[in-house]
Amino acid sequence: MKKSLLVLTTLALGISLAACGKNDNSNNAGASGSGLSGSIIAAGSTALQPLVDAASKKFMETNGSVSITVNGGGSGAGLSQVAEGTVQIGNSDVFAEEKLKDADADKAKALVDHQVAVVSIAAVSNKDVGVDNLTKAQLVDIFTGKVKNWKDVGGKDEKVVLVNRPASSGTRATFEKYALGAKSEDLPDSITEDASGTVRKLVSETPGAIGYLALSYLDDSIQALKYEGVEATTDNVAAGTYPVWAYEHMYTKGEPDGALKAFLEYMVSDEIQQKEVKDLGYIPVNDMKVTRDVQGNVSNK
Amino acid sequence: MNMTETRLQADSISMPGDRRLPKHRLEELRGKSYVLLCVLLLIVIIFSIVYFIASRGLTPFLSQGVRIGDMLGGLKWSPEADTPLLGALPFLFGSFATSLLAAVIAAPLGICAALFMTEMMPKVGKNILQPAIELLAGVPSVVYGFVGLSVVVPFLRNNFPGQGVGVLAGAIVLSVMILPTITTIATDALRTLPAGLKEGSYALGATRWQTLSRLVIPTALPSLMTGVVLGIARAFGEALAVQMVIGNAPHIPHSLFQSASTLTSIITLSMGNTTSGSLHNNALWSLALILLLMTFLFVFIVRLLEGRVKRV
Repeated sequence: MKKSLLVLTTLALGISLAACGKNDNSNNAGASGSGLSGSIIAAGSTALQPLVDAASKKFMETNGSVSITVNGGGSGAGLSQVAEGTVQIGNSDVFAEEKLKDADADKAKALVDHQVAVVSIAAVSNKDVGVDNLTKAQLVDIFTGKVKNWKDVGGKDEKVVLVNRPASSGTRATFEKYALGAKSEDLPDSITEDASGTVRKLVSETPGAIGYLALSYLDDSIQALKYEGVEATTDNVAAGTYPVWAYEHMYTKGEPDGALKAFLEYMVSDEIQQKEVKDLGYIPVNDMKVTRDVQGNVSNK
Repeated sequence: MNMTETRLQADSISMPGDRRLPKHRLEELRGKSYVLLCVLLLIVIIFSIVYFIASRGLTPFLSQGVRIGDMLGGLKWSPEADTPLLGALPFLFGSFATSLLAAVIAAPLGICAALFMTEMMPKVGKNILQPAIELLAGVPSVVYGFVGLSVVVPFLRNNFPGQGVGVLAGAIVLSVMILPTITTIATDALRTLPAGLKEGSYALGATRWQTLSRLVIPTALPSLMTGVVLGIARAFGEALAVQMVIGNAPHIPHSLFQSASTLTSIITLSMGNTTSGSLHNNALWSLALILLLMTFLFVFIVRLLEGRVKRV
């Protein structure tokens, strides 16, 4: 008995390994109950993951025969996987055109964008720097290493410590594009961290530290800096006066149908937008009074 | 006698009527094929991993126009720039600096602890100290990283120049992580020394110090070094804990208290944010390939050391 169990386990392991190779999660297997069924896998951005996860749980409560799995992995991984067809939804912090460039540009064309929320990013600093407002030029000087001391931007005589994100990060791309207007370098002696929690901890503890965080991560341990005199608040973002924000995207390969379409429509319904989106610190995409395209051109709705 | 009897019995039971294999043969065949299947599965897995990493990791050199020398010797890492530069020397330096420094801190501690547990107080050592040290090996690396970020980094920041993050913080965290490896292997090596060696030494009138320093340590040295090399290998491959405390600036640091990067930390930082097939992503696979080759090197060194143990 024991031996056959052992053999069975090995076989099961081998088969499951072999099954890893092919992935055919069809998402419209038939109709039952609410008329929707199938399995959906979403992967990608860890910044968007909590929202999609919460929404998928609510969606599955009313649509029992639909199963939705939400994985992380990062925006790049999400876009690659949805382009390859291994997942149905690729979550991303940036436009697919910004990640899938050059040889991969064709892949981006096959993807359909669904903007489900807006994330705004604020420059944050340690509480001791003696500055609460920075202009664009001052931010650029700080993040390119021209300004090395807070007294040069009107603060205390203290060394500036940069807490940056990795060059591939969506948060950094948004911050560089809309706050700095230029790419920044990884300077010697700067700190680079990917996790927002770690960035907040380091900025709050390191004297003279400056970094940037999504609004949902702001708390009393750090100081959010005004940008050109404008405070980073939900209202200012929605009105279009605070420019450092980006869409959270859910990409599908081709136009969605069936359960997939229903779920994506549910994501932008008031039920999710006014509850989960706000609770989790995002800004509802329906509240935005301005829109922005891939090139970054802002226009009124 | 007894064995042959039962075997004959088994044969005679299975014989009448059918021409199937006798029961014990069948059992053996089943066992053999099961073991063979396991080994084959292992070999297939190992080779597919190596093949996969190599095929991705070599792409930048074969088809994306990156020169191997530029990557191994380059100082500037800016893969997202308009003209991407992929100098990985700072990461190689960071990996070697942190893991060697960690070994320098942990090796004396681990070996002395092993000596204490085997030679000084074997009972306490075996019953209390060894389980405690082995417990350290079971602590998840993210916990080490978080402790490092909450305790080691603020300590360094308050007592030394710099922001606390850097090579030294990484090395301190790693040294605690590899301490169990070094101690456990050293303890095993010291325990398996023939008792006659020490008894002979004591019988000749040598003191405990003389016995330990001139006989026990030199005899067990290759095994002790095996432990240290395995420790370095573990430190070299550790990603999460180091990434949390080292700072991750892609530059060669000028002091122990300056932010630096390792091969592993840069891979974990960027892998998820890049799309597969892009130059940045493939360059990260190249770093993974370098890591894999380094692991092979460490295994090779360990085999070499083990060979020396056998000759002694």
